[in-house]
Amino acid sequence: MTRATLVRLIAAIIVLTVVTAVPMTMIHWNGTEASTQAHEIDTLLNVMIILSCFVFSIVIVMLGYCVWKYRVKPGDESDGEPIHGNTRLEIAWTVIPTVIVLFGAIYSWIVLGDIESQASDALHIDVTAQQYEWTFNYPQPDGKVVSSKTLVVPDNRQLSLHLTALDVLHSFWVPEWRIKRDLVPAGPGGNDVDNTVVVTPDKVGTYNVVCTELCGFGHSTMRALVRVVPTAQYESWLKRQPEVTPSPGSPNGSSTGTSSQESADGGTTTTTPSTTTPAAPGSSSDTTTGSS
Amino acid sequence: MVAALKRPGLSRGALGALIGAAFGFTLVVLLRKASGLPAFQTEQTGYPQVIVPLITGPLGFLVGLGAFDYWFRWASGAPTIPEDHSSHGAYSWKDYFRFNTDHKVIGIQYICTTFIFFFIGGAMAMIMRAELAQPGTQIVEPGTFNSLFSAHAAIMIFVFVIPVFAGIANYVLPLMIGAPDMAFPRLNALSFWMLPIAGLMFVGSFLCPGGAFDAGWTGYAPLSTGAPLGQSFFNLGVQFAGASSIATALNFLVTIITMRAPGMNFWRMPLLVWANMSTSLLVVAATPFIAGVQFMVLFDRALHTNFFQTLNGGDVLSYQHIFWFYSHPAVYIMMLPGFGIISEVISTHARKPIFGYRLMALALIGIVVLSYTVWAHHMFVSGMFAWLRVPMMITTLLIAVPTGIKIFSWLGTLFGAKLHLRSTSMLFALAFIVTFTMGGISGVMLGMVPIDIHVSDTYFIVAHIHFVLFGGSVFTIFAGIYHWFPKMTGRMYDEKLGRWHFWLTLIGMYGTFLPMHWIGMEGMPRRVADYSAQFGNWNLLISCFSFLLGAAQLIFLYNMIVSWRWGPLAGDNPWRAKTIEWLVSSPPPVFNFDEIPRVVGGPYEYGVPGARHAILGPSQAEVGAPEPAVAGAAGSRSP
Repeated sequence: MTRATLVRLIAAIIVLTVVTAVPMTMIHWNGTEASTQAHEIDTLLNVMIILSCFVFSIVIVMLGYCVWKYRVKPGDESDGEPIHGNTRLEIAWTVIPTVIVLFGAIYSWIVLGDIESQASDALHIDVTAQQYEWTFNYPQPDGKVVSSKTLVVPDNRQLSLHLTALDVLHSFWVPEWRIKRDLVPAGPGGNDVDNTVVVTPDKVGTYNVVCTELCGFGHSTMRALVRVVPTAQYESWLKRQPEVTPSPGSPNGSSTGTSSQESADGGTTTTTPSTTTPAAPGSSSDTTTGSS
Repeated sequence: MVAALKRPGLSRGALGALIGAAFGFTLVVLLRKASGLPAFQTEQTGYPQVIVPLITGPLGFLVGLGAFDYWFRWASGAPTIPEDHSSHGAYSWKDYFRFNTDHKVIGIQYICTTFIFFFIGGAMAMIMRAELAQPGTQIVEPGTFNSLFSAHAAIMIFVFVIPVFAGIANYVLPLMIGAPDMAFPRLNALSFWMLPIAGLMFVGSFLCPGGAFDAGWTGYAPLSTGAPLGQSFFNLGVQFAGASSIATALNFLVTIITMRAPGMNFWRMPLLVWANMSTSLLVVAATPFIAGVQFMVLFDRALHTNFFQTLNGGDVLSYQHIFWFYSHPAVYIMMLPGFGIISEVISTHARKPIFGYRLMALALIGIVVLSYTVWAHHMFVSGMFAWLRVPMMITTLLIAVPTGIKIFSWLGTLFGAKLHLRSTSMLFALAFIVTFTMGGISGVMLGMVPIDIHVSDTYFIVAHIHFVLFGGSVFTIFAGIYHWFPKMTGRMYDEKLGRWHFWLTLIGMYGTFLPMHWIGMEGMPRRVADYSAQFGNWNLLISCFSFLLGAAQLIFLYNMIVSWRWGPLAGDNPWRAKTIEWLVSSPPPVFNFDEIPRVVGGPYEYGVPGARHAILGPSQAEVGAPEPAVAGAAGSRSP
């Protein structure tokens, strides 16, 4: 290969990288960003898209060049040049990818630390999932709880969501928040599960909680509404809600660490009518979403 | 009639299955009666009167088929002939439908059986895409939909991709290393016959009350421990597929280590042999874990144990740990043999030695070692011990390095090549490089915890696994089938139809799976029968392309059947390849070689003047001694 060919190939790789990376980083693949965590995750994604475009361009350009340049004419049955390898090149394509992925790992580690850092004033909400509905309990200072089928949260305040499932695995995901965590059924005496996830919504709007862990025939419609509202509106909403006394093992009760022996009867699907919220109770249907 | 039932064969096998099942059924009923229980137990997860016959029936079938005849005779002290070849080789089509110890027959049996399951699993995918073409429920109920994607994945993984590679290697590998057969031919045959049992259990579970297993191919507890009877069919099917897999892997390891032709040291093994050795190391150590965990689920269901019953102190997350400790290595079990096939196809059609042969082999070993250390990247959002995520992320990303080495080395092989595109196998090999690179890139993204948190359990995952399993594994399977079709059948397939198959598959595959990345990132979860209306248009497009993809496979089927019967004769070495299987006739004689071949050089000595990989026949005795050869260097020493 001549030097001129090498320069042309490198140029082609750079051009293809730019041509693919620029539009791909301009598209908001993940949709609306509605939490502080979303911004950092999407930036990480864009950096990875650029690196991926570069690696992909190397493969495409080299493959295309080889097919275009070295395709034989019919009747040519000779063999190629017997090149068995090139130690320096082989070391290069071992070491350089190692550096790239280690960079990605460290960057991801830093982002992970950021998106999971706990705020001292986080709003504690107990999230309980069961086939096929969500319950959101807001523990109050007097020991009672406000129970809701819609997740209503204030804007710009970190949420500390404590997740419990009553029957099988479920998974809590709000796509616009980029945050997801499985809800694991707890045994007597609790279990060693990391059941707290933090997220800081920063965009007022209406979103959906989507169950992303297969949980039975109703899995695809297991949704709940999320309303992110200004703090004052949240406070007034909370005041309007009736308080109930938590009972262990029911979705209305506090779900952190209490014995759930009683939940063997499972079907605690009823909530008192008074706990329904101003939002549509039929929250499992596909209503509006925040993403466009 | 009576004679047919006395002779080993399918008739006696069917009788054995009946007797075995009846024995199991009677045993359960009698024991329950003796304990004062009602004869039948029809609790949702129980059904011992079904589960026990489901174990004893298949064992009766294998006994009836003749799988254990030789061993029974030997164990009982009856006279046996150590070199008993009575069940070896195929002289008519009927010999493909009996217990046969010839590795070439077993290879064909594997490939044909697995492709039947490929089309069954593919038909399930078509039904799913028809349902998903529009939001809402049109064709199947959500419960049936869950069964369909669970069975689709289980069939494709356990009775198509994993065993079809075992089938191709079964045929090719002993020929490649100059061996007359596998090390344990009777075990080899037993391995094959356990496979259709597993497949029939997966398919047969649709007849169960409550429908087929519907907890996904991952079968996460506690959804699986409380699921209807069909789940037990999955638990038991995995046992048979797993036992088949483990036995085959042991067979490959012993064959590769002890039965190579004189002169074939490790650095002269073709990369397909290296790939299958690596795969077998994974299968032998990892597969017992899924067998174990499916037994634990079965015990929870049928025997009221509490492995995963949280209310009684069980631990749900440990299911996922044990499951993925097998199932992550399993993705390499489904990929490494494909890497081997691609190396063979590319060096042959590029007329060049593999670039960096030794590093290619070492990369395989590197993948084997690393793949045991990454399983929990499937569990980043599971609520597992949080600290574990970071080391698992680092190992996951590092596994991209040996995989990248393979991609770059194939490109290095193509550089300066004399590239032939006349074979469909080469088209699939080149498309594989592009598609697998994309699947690898999305895999690296998934390895990063913050990105994974968002896209985990979405259609992005569906897109990723189909890029690596369809665009990866299945493309290499097609490349391998087209490459060795002339060797297996002695006839040539129709290249024109092969091209149609290739291009329609390529277009269908990209049209189906590329947009899935986008809708997944935007918020569509996976494993849903119904979805938000905003994804309607994309899903309609995906469904259309998927039908094209499905239709393209019918071209393949037609091409294979017609060419096998009526194709033009292919000759011994239509691709002018160098490895040993091309030195014998097509198809090879019953015992492969009249004389043991002697290996005198590396496997890919294209363009080296006078270089040879192996010599058949007694002449040129002076080059027969094993040499401590470097791949490539040895060739120049032979005349």
